[in-house]
Amino acid sequence: MIGLEFVNVLMGLMFAGVAIVNLRDRTSPKRYVNGAFWGLWAITFLVGTHLPNFVNGVIVLAMVAVLGIWKLGGAPAERSTREEREASAMKWGNKLFIPALTIPGVTVLGTLGFKYVTFHGAPLVDPKQVTLVSLGLATIAALIVGMIMLRPPIRAPMIEARRLMDAVSWAAVLPQMLAALGTMFALAGVGPIVATILQRWIPLDTPFVVVATYTVGMALFTSIMGNAFAAFPVMTAGIGLPLIVGKFGGSVAIMAAVGMVSGFCGTLMTPMAANFNIVPAALLELPDENAVIKVQIPTGLVLLVANTFIMYGFVFRK
Amino acid sequence: MHLLPLIGIAIVVAGFAMRVNPLLVVTIAAIATGLAAGKGIVDVISAFGKAFLDGRSVAVVWLALPVIGLLEHAGLKERARMVIARIHAATTGRLLLAYLVVRQITSALGLTSLGGHPQMVRPLIAPMAEAAAENKYGDLPQKTRNRIRAHAAAVDNIGLFFGEDIFIAIGSILLIRSFLEQSGFEVAATSLAFWAMPTAVCAFAVHAVRLVLLDRSLHAELSREPDAVPEREGEAA
Repeated sequence: MIGLEFVNVLMGLMFAGVAIVNLRDRTSPKRYVNGAFWGLWAITFLVGTHLPNFVNGVIVLAMVAVLGIWKLGGAPAERSTREEREASAMKWGNKLFIPALTIPGVTVLGTLGFKYVTFHGAPLVDPKQVTLVSLGLATIAALIVGMIMLRPPIRAPMIEARRLMDAVSWAAVLPQMLAALGTMFALAGVGPIVATILQRWIPLDTPFVVVATYTVGMALFTSIMGNAFAAFPVMTAGIGLPLIVGKFGGSVAIMAAVGMVSGFCGTLMTPMAANFNIVPAALLELPDENAVIKVQIPTGLVLLVANTFIMYGFVFRK
Repeated sequence: MHLLPLIGIAIVVAGFAMRVNPLLVVTIAAIATGLAAGKGIVDVISAFGKAFLDGRSVAVVWLALPVIGLLEHAGLKERARMVIARIHAATTGRLLLAYLVVRQITSALGLTSLGGHPQMVRPLIAPMAEAAAENKYGDLPQKTRNRIRAHAAAVDNIGLFFGEDIFIAIGSILLIRSFLEQSGFEVAATSLAFWAMPTAVCAFAVHAVRLVLLDRSLHAELSREPDAVPEREGEAA
């Protein structure tokens, strides 16, 4: 059965490739620093599953130490000029879109289709990881299509991957690190403490104040945790269920549905949701790492107000 | 009440405010939170290592980079620009609005992997949005390019967040149902999806207005040349 470990090894191979291209690049002054950073990350993917948790923890701390002490080097220049790329774009025409669109295309097909594929009676792909495995296979399919079409040197994909990874730099690891921080918050019981503070300091005796505390609290706590999924159980157990439903008789479904999207408003406005906000800023080579958040804040705030009124308007109706 | 476990939040806020490298800040906050919870250093590093390993799957998006880089080298971004240059009605705002519609509807149908920043926004949507502005106003200042790119990234997020919640088998609805079930409430996935719709409609309306305003502000910013005046008279006539 193809599952999560397949995707992990695939990612490990790619990051190892990025490390090797860095190490072999004599023109880069930071070749060993970047090589060590990506190489350590690659180890956690390739063999992390079989290492003790403590060893994995030490490897991650070593990555962060490399970054903190020596600072990562930036991306190398592109190997071609804009004129060369424009000429190539004319030559290939819209065929260039085929490999790019293979990724979403195969991912969707796999997500919908792998359910029905079995091998000796067992599902070929782990049903819980279908989307991830499909995405992993889709990138391989797209790479094969691209290689057959363009016929570049065999090492070209890794050289290009290294250019892009070094452009994104440490931000590539941030979403994973934030997920780890969320887990540590949960272990230390941060959520219940925040809910208790809210209950203690806000006079929760009218329906509107309770609804507004719940929606704004969802957004705020999501901003802290970087993830509405982490905020939802805490705020719902602390305020939603006991007050909106218990005390004022609101509808559970409306509270939960609108509460979750109120959390998403928080996701739009926080650097802690790095994969949505910080990573694209790095990927699009924006000098201000908060540029995407700044664009999203007006929409996030207006929607949060709208959510508060949507919930207040419908949740207490019988 | 014991407030010490909140030290991680304080470290994150202070670190981001002082512009220390976020990866460094988050790591320190994670270790400090573990220690504040009264665990030994070996236990904390082990728990941290396990938590980091459990989050590996978020890195899956990077698998798209070898092929995206290859195509960029062959002129993918330039091709995306050329395609938009042929569509005279295209403006930055309208193009992003079209992407918002597609992203929100496909997400609502559960096809969340049709978008994404590495595979769609960087190679296709952002260059197209820039090209739409270039068609009208010529070469753009870098500041304007950056602003358009940030908007392209934002549209992908907003379409995804406020579309996916309408799909009954998405992670957030599964999470809501399992949490409520543990608390003794049985809620149908369809009614959760139904009640995500008013917000989805609002999100589309609010962001559509903002994209129209983006077009206006780009126009005000970029069309200051004197020859813009007779053109406007011609339109009125």
